[in-house]
Formats: sequence, structure tokens, C-alpha cells
Amino acid sequence: MKVPYSWLQDYVDIDKSIYEVADKLTLTGSKVEEVIDKGKEIDKVVAGKIIKTEKHPNADKLTVCQIDVKTETIQIVTGADNIKEGDIIPVALHGSSLPGGVKIKKGKLRGVESNGMLCSEAELGLADEDSVHGIMILDQNTPIGVDIKEILGLNGGVIDFEITSNRADCFSIYGIARETAASFGCDLKNIETDYKTNDENINDYLSVKVDTPLCRRYMAKMIKNIKIGPSPEWMQAKLNEAGVRPINNVVDVTNYVMLELGQPLHAFDFNNIGGKEIVVKMANDEKFTTLDEVERQLDSSMIVISDKEKAIAIAGIMGGQNSEVTENTNTIVLECANFDGVTTRIASKKLGLRTEASSRFEKDLDPNLVEIAANRACYLFETLGVGEVVGGTIDIYNEKVEPHYVKVSPEWINRFLGTDIKTEDMIKMLNRLGMEVEDKEELVIKVPTFRQDVKIKEDVAEEIARLYGYDIIPSEKILGEAVEAEITREQKLIETVKSTMVASSLYEALTYSFYSPKVFDKINLNNDSELRNTISISNPLGEDFSIMRTTLIPSILEVMQRNILRDNKEARVFEIGKVYLNVGEDLPDERQKLIIAMAGNVDFYDIKGVVENLIEALSVDKVDFERETQNPTFHPGRCANILVRRKNAGVIGEIHPDVLENYDLEERVYVAEIDLGIFFDAAKLEKKYKPLPKYPAILRDMALLVEDSVEVKKIEDIMRKLGKGIIEEIKLFDVYKGKQIPEGFKSVAYSLIYRADDRTLTDEDVNKVHDAIVKELETKLNAKLR
Amino acid sequence: MRDKLEQIKVEALEKLKECQTSQMLDEVRVKYLGKKGELTAILRGMGQLSAEERPIVGKIANEVRETIENAIQEALKEIKNKEKNYRLSLETIDVTMPGKRNKIGGLHPLTKALDEIKEIFIGMGFSVAEGPEVELDYYNFEALNIPKNHPARDEQDTFYINQNVVLRTQTSPVQIRVMENKKPPIRIIAPGRVYRSDTADATHSPIFHQIEGLVVDKGITMASLKGTLDTFAKRMFGEKTRTKFRPHHFPFTEPSAEVDVSCFVCGGEGCRVCKGSGWIEILGCGMVHPDVLRAGGIDPDVYSGFAFGLGLERIVMIKYGIDDIRLFYENDVRFLKQF
Ligand SMILES: [Zn+2]
Repeated sequence: MKVPYSWLQDYVDIDKSIYEVADKLTLTGSKVEEVIDKGKEIDKVVAGKIIKTEKHPNADKLTVCQIDVKTETIQIVTGADNIKEGDIIPVALHGSSLPGGVKIKKGKLRGVESNGMLCSEAELGLADEDSVHGIMILDQNTPIGVDIKEILGLNGGVIDFEITSNRADCFSIYGIARETAASFGCDLKNIETDYKTNDENINDYLSVKVDTPLCRRYMAKMIKNIKIGPSPEWMQAKLNEAGVRPINNVVDVTNYVMLELGQPLHAFDFNNIGGKEIVVKMANDEKFTTLDEVERQLDSSMIVISDKEKAIAIAGIMGGQNSEVTENTNTIVLECANFDGVTTRIASKKLGLRTEASSRFEKDLDPNLVEIAANRACYLFETLGVGEVVGGTIDIYNEKVEPHYVKVSPEWINRFLGTDIKTEDMIKMLNRLGMEVEDKEELVIKVPTFRQDVKIKEDVAEEIARLYGYDIIPSEKILGEAVEAEITREQKLIETVKSTMVASSLYEALTYSFYSPKVFDKINLNNDSELRNTISISNPLGEDFSIMRTTLIPSILEVMQRNILRDNKEARVFEIGKVYLNVGEDLPDERQKLIIAMAGNVDFYDIKGVVENLIEALSVDKVDFERETQNPTFHPGRCANILVRRKNAGVIGEIHPDVLENYDLEERVYVAEIDLGIFFDAAKLEKKYKPLPKYPAILRDMALLVEDSVEVKKIEDIMRKLGKGIIEEIKLFDVYKGKQIPEGFKSVAYSLIYRADDRTLTDEDVNKVHDAIVKELETKLNAKLR
Repeated sequence: MRDKLEQIKVEALEKLKECQTSQMLDEVRVKYLGKKGELTAILRGMGQLSAEERPIVGKIANEVRETIENAIQEALKEIKNKEKNYRLSLETIDVTMPGKRNKIGGLHPLTKALDEIKEIFIGMGFSVAEGPEVELDYYNFEALNIPKNHPARDEQDTFYINQNVVLRTQTSPVQIRVMENKKPPIRIIAPGRVYRSDTADATHSPIFHQIEGLVVDKGITMASLKGTLDTFAKRMFGEKTRTKFRPHHFPFTEPSAEVDVSCFVCGGEGCRVCKGSGWIEILGCGMVHPDVLRAGGIDPDVYSGFAFGLGLERIVMIKYGIDDIRLFYENDVRFLKQF
């Protein structure tokens, strides 16, 4: 909310700079977004009166003006078409400056001397370029020759505050003034609200009925014999500075009071209120055209103000075109009401219409503010000569809100904050915030109705803390029992996974947890795959981000795609991320997965090596890689399931060319996806020392000719089984196909290391086992020794 | 015979001087000391000498042999040295050529920063807790003092699974889950993914990371909150870092504050990163609201606590001068390699 400093100074006597005020208020809880000091950049701009205009001799669109700026009469050439003799306008003199670093110097325009410039609101930084037309025309009573900053109240600058949802009272200049007074310990001035009325009574003209409890209070005033015209210059200047465009004296007064006190008001043209009756009720499903000439669809969740026949305003949001104040308006009904915050907020959201009024009502205003604001507006209508206030008031206020009480002991506050603040200082601070403290032992605090946010003792502690100064509260260690950090087994294992992946020259990626349901087709998933049973977001950012992922494969393929298409050909990445499995309960099963992807100068055995490194680092036991030919995401001849203790813990393989095509990839990509939960269940964190071998080993090589289809695991299983505990290591060192090997066969060559724990093996010991292995391989696998 | 021996010695030593290679040395050895060598021939002729002369000549012959052998050894050493130096000179390489490196990968910058933050808090006795990302509305909002229709629900544009289930908009629900399962003293941080329905652009991401902190015990004060976060800020951003606690409003803490740290880029002088203010806003915090303690099953008349939450991406972006949050989730290896 924009608070012009000069306006703030109407209610607090303060001689600090705007920056000091902004800093102090930030530290006491009113967050400053920005300090805008437009006047700072304006220099040598004064009010001048146009005494003569002539056509430019050489240019049709230019006008040559003689301007009285009190000390002299100067000639200025302008292109504006909204000026005439007698107008009073802002004149930038020779050597003047304007916002944005613009400097004005005298010169010639198409051969005619021009000694300055006439300014628009935009050029003075008061309004947007596109919201103004032509030169700013000042009030006829404006004194000539006076600095424009003084006239327009630009000397003070503006503070833009962020108002938090709990502080509706601060959504006003007066509320900020109250905070300022409390922060600096100075006095807050009263608002003038006394006005005279005529001797008529509003009740003779109008009746009001409130049909919904969501309107907590409805007050109506009537002003007649209105002379519509512009509001005074000072009011326009203040509105402009606060970011509200001046319209006419009636609308400007309502906006002025709204900004000043935080209570939105609305003026209806009385002549357009059918049946001279106002009813506040829930809307029908109806169409309604608001002041901004937009037709809107209403429904029964919204409150409307209607006359005898039709809606005339959407409560708390915007008035209707059908009852708008116009140039011809003679009598107005001034509405000053209180509408339910949530209802206003929901309606405003549904309509896509957030206004100055709705953004205040949605914070839930104090119903007692209604009366002050109505009186203030009447005061302004009367003193500014806008019209004649009709006597009497219509005020429908069924459940009066009274001040409430909060009890708290000063000791508790000090204990809670870790401070040592004197009770009398606490009382002073609370008083400055408009809270009366009735009992001085245990503080019994009478909280004014505009501070509904102060409900419990912690709220009082906050009020004290912020005025005392968060910066003065000491900074201490946590007292009490020492607590030791626990690092869980899973957390330790995750660290091992990460370090193993990095050591395997992989880069960590982080991808979105949601993706498109189309990705399942992209990775060729079967239609009945349970991975398609997802959790979906009911209000996603779009279909592409609409389901929670059940596998990381599409996510990582996208990363590979992006990298390979950007020529990072040797992309090697991993991610540790969650999948969200729909298990038919309220919440999905969130499982931690590891995904690895590699491309470039690699093959299946490279990625398998990474997984084997991980298995070793985690000491996962009983792991098998079993051929998988039916997984449609993968190359049917280059894919395996990873089994841990016979439980499926993941998949590894080369991505199927059809899938690669779906990702516009020509290069082979290898992927492994592992369920870390299953890996961790079988992992061993504790390492145990095994004595180094005491007895020598015997090494035997073995070259076998086997059919192509024989997996080496089958050979090794036999070796291990028959090794009877003396086989220490089975090393596959060569697989060969080609010359000297018959078609359909391969040669596999092993080094076998034999060793016993308890004795030196003899050749005879080894031969017995070795021969038995060969024999078994011959019979079971049809292998031939080469 | 003596003269003959002397002559052999002189001759052999002379020849040795001319030797250039170990092969030439060998030839000299064979010529004089070999089985058919000249010295051997003389020794073979010793039988003709008288019994008196024999030992004398024998001694001289042995001396000559020793002298020659020593000289050969000496020469051999020298030649070997020369040969080695020659070989070494041939083996000279360009030491400025690049080394052969074992490729290693790297962690994501967000993970790295998170690890750093975790380490600081673990050092202060905090454990690391976790909670679900797909969360019940109750934990994400209700239990945190944000009832249905509370304006704070609009401020955090929420992804809904259904009426009762959301993608958590903050890590704060972990507070409640921890309190439900653990008696004070509680000292945890809870890092993780959070979700807001913001379309991705340079400064917004529908997914980002928060780190929640919660301390609950008897006698926890606002002063302990300040002390803890001061310590964190100093360890994270440098010993000279100052903090500024500004009052703010959060539904789940009371009193609440936002915390700025003195800009770690310019040291508080004012620069582009801190927009000239010298301060950078990094976290929100406050004393746990008694309603929230109650929701976690903890008696606010006995215990008090504080909580804080910080955004990971923001800190990493400022630290490394990254100007587009989407880079974190694009995973271009050329980006990932830089950290
Ligand atoms: Zn800086």
C-alpha cells in the first residue's frame, strides 16, 4: 500500500526523513517494499498561467504560448492540444529537471524560441504515460510562480508497504500513522469528523434491508444538491501519490476516506435506485455489468446490493454501471458497510476482479470503522462544498463487536522472549497501540476492535517484542539438555550412493516430480502396466505436469535428450528421487529410486559396472542379474532385472530404439533404475575385517567352447558349486567369437584362483576339483575344453 | 716374463681407454683375461719357471689381473652411466601437456548447498527428519493454523490431489509429524521438495526446496531462536555476517520474523545482488504458535519452541550468481559440471 509521507504527517508530528521512518517501521513490523521519492527528481518546475496562444508560423500542430510565471513572462512552444488561454499549468523552466533524469533547456522549435516545457502528469512522474492525455491543467485558484512540488505535495515522497493478512488495520494511512506514532513514541492526531446536516431525514427517502449475516453492518448516508466537479488540487495530488486516479469530487472523497481509514465506501446515484429501497442479499445466477463496463456472471455465493428490482453493486467489490455517479448526479446514497472477508475474497477470485475495496474487505475489517468513515466522508462532502448532507443515518448493525480482553503476566513475556523488559515499559508500548491496560500486576489488556489479531498472550508478546526491538532481544544458545544429532541408517546409505555415483563419473540431476501421462506411451509401457496407475493433480499447470511420477525413466531420458541435442554427447547422469505409487490409500507410497543414465562411448557393461560398484559399496548381498526380454522400454537382448534376495529391485539395460526415437535420440542410451529401499534392506553398513590369506594360491586357466546362448553365470554357478570352498576367485578374462570358433559358439576363458584357509593346497587337491568342474561343465552345458 | 706382464698391463689399460661401449669392454676382457686371453696364456706358462720365481711371478700376474679387472669395472660403470644419461635424454617429455584424469562426476549444486547446511545444523545437535511430499491438507494447513479459506492458502497457490490431499506447499507439515512421534527435546531440520502452482520462469519454479527447522523444549525463548540463526548465518556465510530480524506474520508462529543477513557478496556495502540495501532476505522464523504445539500433542504451558524455514534455491542462486531458477531442473551437464 502506497503511503504518501506528507499524508502521514497530517496525523503524526514527525521530523525524521522518509528513509528513517521507513527503516524504523520495517523494524517494528510494517514491511517496506520501496521508498518512492518522485519529488526528489523535480527541480525548477512552477505553476504558470497561459496568457496568450498563437499558431506556430511553421508548424500546424504546434502552439506558441506566452506564460506568466510571476517573475517574468516567457515564451514556450508546445505540441499539446488541450490548453487554452487562462489555463494554469506546470511549467518546467530553463535548467529544470524532471523524473528519469530529464533536463529541460531553452532552444528553438521549428525556428521559434521556446524557453521551457509545459508538463503532463506523466512527465512529472505522477501517472502512467498511457493514462493521461495532454498537459496537466491545474485548479484556477492555484498560485502562480509557486514550486509545483509544494502545490502537488511532492515534497515528501511515498512509502510502499506490504500489508500482511493479519493487519487489516494497517491497510490505511491512519493505521500506518498509528504504527508510526507507536514506533517513535509520538502522538497520533484525531481525525476530524464533525459536520452539519440539513433538517431532513434520510429515512424519509430510503429504506435498507439486510438479508444476509455476511453483511455485518450496513450504514447509509445521503448527500443532496451535489455539484459534480473536480476535487481540490491537494486531494487530487494525494490520491495520485497514493496511486489512485482522481475522477470527480464524489468518487474522490470515497477513495480518499478509503485510503485514509481503510474503510471502502460506495456512492450510488439516488435517482437510479429503483423503489427507493436497498436490499443486501445473496445474488441470483445473473449477469451484471460493473462500473468498468464488463458484464459479469454472478452466483449465489456472492453478496449483492440491489434495489427493488435489480442488483446495483457487487458487495465490497465494485458498483454497477446502472447506479453510477455521473456528471448529472444530484443526490447520492453513500454506502459504508462491512462484508465478510472470506465471501468477498472468494467472489473476487471467481470474478477475476480484485479492487482496492475487495482487497481491504477480504482482510475482515472492523465493523466499528464504518461509523468513523461515514462521518469522515460527510465531513469532507460538507467542508469541500460538494453537497448538502441529509440528516439522519441508516445503520443496520445486529451483532455489535466489543473490545476484548487478553491476560498475560509480564514475567511470562520476559521468560518467553528471553528479555528483561520493565512492566511499566510494556504498558507504555501497549498504550501507544491503542490498548488500555487495566490491571497492572497481571496485565489485563483491553484490545480495541480494530486489532482482532491480538487474541492470546503470544500475540501480546509479539506486540511488545516488535516495539521493544527484535534487534535488542539477546542472542543466546539453546539452553537445557544437550541433544545429540542422530543420523539414520538410511541417511548414511544415501550418502554412500551419492559418493559412489560421483566416483563413477556421473553428474547428479534433479527433475520434476510430475510429468505428462503421455510419457508412458513414450517409453512403450504396456497398457496394463501398474506404473500407469498414478496419482493425478486436480489443478495442474497443464497436462504435461499433471501426474505424479511412478518411474524416473521418462525424467532421465528427457535429461539425456536435452544434453545430447545440445551436443553434450557423453552425458552421464544420475538422480535419487521419489516415485509416488498409488496404493489405494489417502497418501501414495513414496519410494526412493536411483536412476542412472549413460550415453556416448559406453556399453551395457559400463553401466553394469556402475551398479556393481554400488552393490559393493553398500555390501548388498544375494544380487542376481537375470535376462529380461519382455520389458518394452528396453532392447530385448540387452536388458536384465536386478534381483536382491530374489526380490525385484530394479532394471538395467539399453533403451529400445523405438523409445529412443520417441525422444529424438539416435545415440544408444543405457539406463538402470533401482529401488533403493530394497537395496538398503539388504545392505550392510558394518564392515568386518577378514584376515589376509596365510597360504599360497594356485592359479589355473580354463578355456571353454560353449554355445552362444550359454550365459556365463551358468558356468560360474557350476564353478562355485563344485569349488567346495577352495575357489577364491573366478575371473572371466576373455570371450571370443570368430576365427577357429564354429558358428553359434563362443570361447570363454577363465582364471580360477584356488586357495584354502587352513593349509597349502597341493596340485592333487586342485586337480581333483578342477577336473570335476570341467566334467560337470561338459555334461551340464555341453562345454568343450579348448 | 715380468716384462711381458708389465707390457700386457700397459697395453690393456691403454685399450680400455679407447672403449666406448660395454660390448667393446667385453672384447678387451676376452682378449686379456678370457680363457684364451693373453694373461691366461702367461699363467699357463708358469710351469716353466723355477720354484723360487713361481710365487713371485704369480703374485705379479694376479696384481696385473686385478688391476685390469678393476679398470674394466671402472670403465664399465662410466659407460653404463653415459648410456643411462643418453637413454634418459631420449625419454624427455613435454611436461606441459595435459594430465590423464580419472573422470569423476559431481553432485547437483542444490545437494551440495543442502549438505553444507545439514552439516552446520548437525553440528548444533539437529537431526534430519523427513515427511511425505504428497501430504494431507490437515498437516499442510489445518494443523499449522491455516484453516480452510484462510488468506494464506491463496498466497501459496496449492496443487491439490483431492480435497484432503495436496502437494505440500512447505516443509512445515514435518513439524507436526515430528511432534506427534517424538517427545521433547526436539531439534530437527527437515529438508525437501515443496510445490506451488507457479508457472516456471526465471524466478519461479513449481518445485523447489525448503529446509524447515524445529526446536521444542522447556525454556526455549526468542533469544535462543536468534542465537541459533545467528550461528547458522555466521557458519554459512562467514564469521562477519550480521543478521537483521524483522517482525512479520506467519500463521504458525507467534511472534514471527523474517531474517536478513548482511550481503555476503558486498559485505553490506550495497551491490547489485542486494539491490543496494546491503541485506539479503533468507528465511522466515518465529516462536511456534501454541495451537501448532497442541496439534503436535505438546502442552504449550510446559514447552515452547521455535521454527524456521529457508528456501534452498534462493540461497544457491545468490551464492553463485545464478539468474534463472530453471537451470537447476534442466540438468545441462555443462551447468552441473561447474559446482
Ligand atoms: Zn550486496
